[in-house]
Amino acid sequence: MTTTRPTTVSLGMPTVRHGRGNLFAEEPFTSGAARDLENATLRGNLNFAMHKIRGKRAAVVSEMPDWQQLRAAGSAIKQNVLANLPELLEQFEASFTAAGGHVHWARDADEANAIALRLIQEQGVSEVNKIKSMATQETGLNEFLEDHGITAVETDLAEEIVQLGGDKPSHIVVPAIHRNRDEVRDIFLREIDGVRPDLTSEPADLAEASRQRLRAKFFDNRVAVSGANFGIAETGTLTIVESEGNGRMCLTLPETLITFMGIEKVLPRFADLEVFLQLLPRSSTGERMNPYTSLWTGVTPGDGPQNLHVILIDNGRTATLADEVGRQALHCIRCSACLNVCPVFERAGGHAYGSVYPGPIGAILSPQMTGIEAAANNSLPYASSLCGACYEVCPVKINIPDVLIHLRGADVEARHSARSTAPEAVDETPATGTSASGASRRARLSAAARTGAARIVGAVTRRVPDQMDALMAAAKTAFAKPRLLSIGERGLPLGRILGGRDGKISLLPGLIGGWTQHRIIDAPPAQSFRHWWKRNRPSTPVRRTPEQRANIAALIEANRGRAAELHERFAAPADDYTWLMAAERAAIQQHDATGDTVADYARGTETSATTASGAADEPMKGERA
Amino acid sequence: MTSATRPSPPGAAPSAQTPTRAQTPAPAQAATRAPAAAPAPAALRIAIFPTCIVDAMYPRVAEATVRILERLGHEVVFPPQQTCCSQMHVNSGYFADAYDIVRNHVEAFSDYDYDIAVAPSASCVVSLQHQQPDIARRAGDPACAAVAEAIAGRTFELSKLLIDVLGITDAASQLGSYFPHRVTFHSSCHGLRHMKLGTRQSDLLRTVAGIDYAELPGLEECCGFGGTFSFKNAGTSGAMVADKVAAIQSTGASICAGGDVSCLMNIGGAAQKQKTGITTVHFAEILASTRENPLQVSGDVAVSGGGRSCP
Repeated sequence: MTTTRPTTVSLGMPTVRHGRGNLFAEEPFTSGAARDLENATLRGNLNFAMHKIRGKRAAVVSEMPDWQQLRAAGSAIKQNVLANLPELLEQFEASFTAAGGHVHWARDADEANAIALRLIQEQGVSEVNKIKSMATQETGLNEFLEDHGITAVETDLAEEIVQLGGDKPSHIVVPAIHRNRDEVRDIFLREIDGVRPDLTSEPADLAEASRQRLRAKFFDNRVAVSGANFGIAETGTLTIVESEGNGRMCLTLPETLITFMGIEKVLPRFADLEVFLQLLPRSSTGERMNPYTSLWTGVTPGDGPQNLHVILIDNGRTATLADEVGRQALHCIRCSACLNVCPVFERAGGHAYGSVYPGPIGAILSPQMTGIEAAANNSLPYASSLCGACYEVCPVKINIPDVLIHLRGADVEARHSARSTAPEAVDETPATGTSASGASRRARLSAAARTGAARIVGAVTRRVPDQMDALMAAAKTAFAKPRLLSIGERGLPLGRILGGRDGKISLLPGLIGGWTQHRIIDAPPAQSFRHWWKRNRPSTPVRRTPEQRANIAALIEANRGRAAELHERFAAPADDYTWLMAAERAAIQQHDATGDTVADYARGTETSATTASGAADEPMKGERA
Repeated sequence: MTSATRPSPPGAAPSAQTPTRAQTPAPAQAATRAPAAAPAPAALRIAIFPTCIVDAMYPRVAEATVRILERLGHEVVFPPQQTCCSQMHVNSGYFADAYDIVRNHVEAFSDYDYDIAVAPSASCVVSLQHQQPDIARRAGDPACAAVAEAIAGRTFELSKLLIDVLGITDAASQLGSYFPHRVTFHSSCHGLRHMKLGTRQSDLLRTVAGIDYAELPGLEECCGFGGTFSFKNAGTSGAMVADKVAAIQSTGASICAGGDVSCLMNIGGAAQKQKTGITTVHFAEILASTRENPLQVSGDVAVSGGGRSCP
């Protein structure tokens, strides 16, 4: 740290700095989804893959008797991290530096990319190896380096497929999930020099083709770039969790290792890994343990990279942290359980979300990092039926449906205030991390994103109260004034005119016409319940004294256990998956009924302090509300 | 609306046609099958919250709810100021508008005399529990939030009221329910995940006399309604409901029951658009159906369609 001297210069209030890079949708979610919904192969592939991974996850989660306590612990640790982020980051910086590494701070994607470019150029190389990393996907590092004459070689098999195919990842953990093996073979035949022309689409053959290509890169390239799953403040340790071992190659063989880490990835203590290394693989790939877990702490002379850097990236995370409801999105450990269980992701696919973060977590993370006013992302909070499956599986208990609704509120507010002010007041056109000249296919996609986003922003500034506003205003008037509703309901029979001979309405206009694309709607009844009641129950009930009221609590006590008894009579597992989900749900219910999550966490840390680290750790600090 | 609906007036003795626990002892077979019931509670005054969509589009569901409760000897009342839980506005992000609706609900139910309230919807009860207090707090009205919480605590989803409060565990013997059809059941996400109702609704259905119950594959999966999601993201929603209809078809049942008319409107609407012959009904309608006055379901008739009588 540099020495500071007192100053009288006012620095003013810090401004909110939103994220840049590959966080912006190229088009509203509905348009992207519409295109992919047409793709029957994609839907088939996703349906198969999603159901398989759901079953695997449910199986390995249901065998853990303390899964709900683990979730509570994961959530509590992350709350603690967010409450103490500045201190923890400075502690991490001190530890990492003391161990022989160099720490860099990047306010956004552009700064992170520029720092990495400088570090790579210092080594005088034109090619670097990459470990699969969401952070570098977010900043658009590969395209940025390509524009500066440096090739980034993705070494994760799926990322390699995406990169060679000039494509975009569609899933956090399985980026090439939208490709089937025949497509992969075609990409390899087209893009890999010297590949056997009789390459089959057998997974073993495809992996071998990739292995032959990458083995040379591992030995030749002296610089590697990674992300990080976790960074430990007390030790300065970085962690990568992976399946293939290619990451391990990148972490051990090069001389220079540059790690991109989002600032929310810091954990206070080494012992905290105990919780997350159980939560992550089971949630992510449905494995009890992932094949490779690499931890590195600073420089060890004669062993591993000697030139070690970490770039700590904000890129909209501080802006997200400022939102009391939305900040829980920063708990995310990128496991993708929410994607795998999401019925919307299953149908629409990952590309519809635009940002590198797809699925339910992307729908709450991307708009917060870019600011909900960035119109390119304001359709994302609506890309959900609010079914709640994501919250149920989230290993760090991010209440995604609650945050989605919160962001819808923020969007409505932003749109309404944009209308009431001059168009110039709307957020500037979102920038992307790639100041691309269009050198690569990815860069062209990013350029398309920029123009697309600009178009959408332009469209929003010209907006007048829309159909949705009108619908909501009308409904509010009726629902806030029962007398008006009652009068309105007298008009219900008029709605029957819209119905055909069979009493069904099969075509509606405007926004709600979306309903009749896929469904008919029943014509309204001849009278509402309210009017039926007036006619059939005309007498007003006599008001009783409070003593005459029934004791409901006693009734509930008398019938305690009835639901379980009834359930037992019919409990027969329909299939494994349904049964496993039911078992998990029962565990949640039991935990919710008995558990104080923070107390659970405190108990859990007592155990881990003695078994894992042996250190006399302080008890958990109270969380900030 | 069917003109055949003639329930007894409030407070009057239940009609001789509709068996109650007191009047009609459970058949021996049912008695051995069902666990011993708790002593019958004294008559309760139960306030019905039909919810806005049932009130305006599917009044038959609320009428069925009234019939079930009156058959058990309870008095049903209707706080007349009520309208909507506010969920549509909350889920659409119109929080300021939602606050006015929350206040209306709180006024409607805070000053009315009742022992417990019931809604034939898990979704709207969840909204009372979680959304109303939050919306009031956001509007800077903690007092309203506290009252909203108290009202939500006294408002029960129908199956939860029947089982957990009234001790109903055998619809055939205790409610006289009769419905000789093959039926499958869709669990709403709000009931399943948010309210954690478990299998209460379908378990009750399975105790209806004559019913041929078929488990729905993919029970955990959303039908794709999601309120305004159904038309704002029509393509994705349509794909979801198409899969749900296909799952129902695979059971061989032509009737799909459920506990939230919003899902049923979605599934039924898609099933009819595809001309599958599948009809959706609320489980309250099946519980209200008796041998003497059975619920008639004929062909491609949805929840609010004509051609059905359910006295």
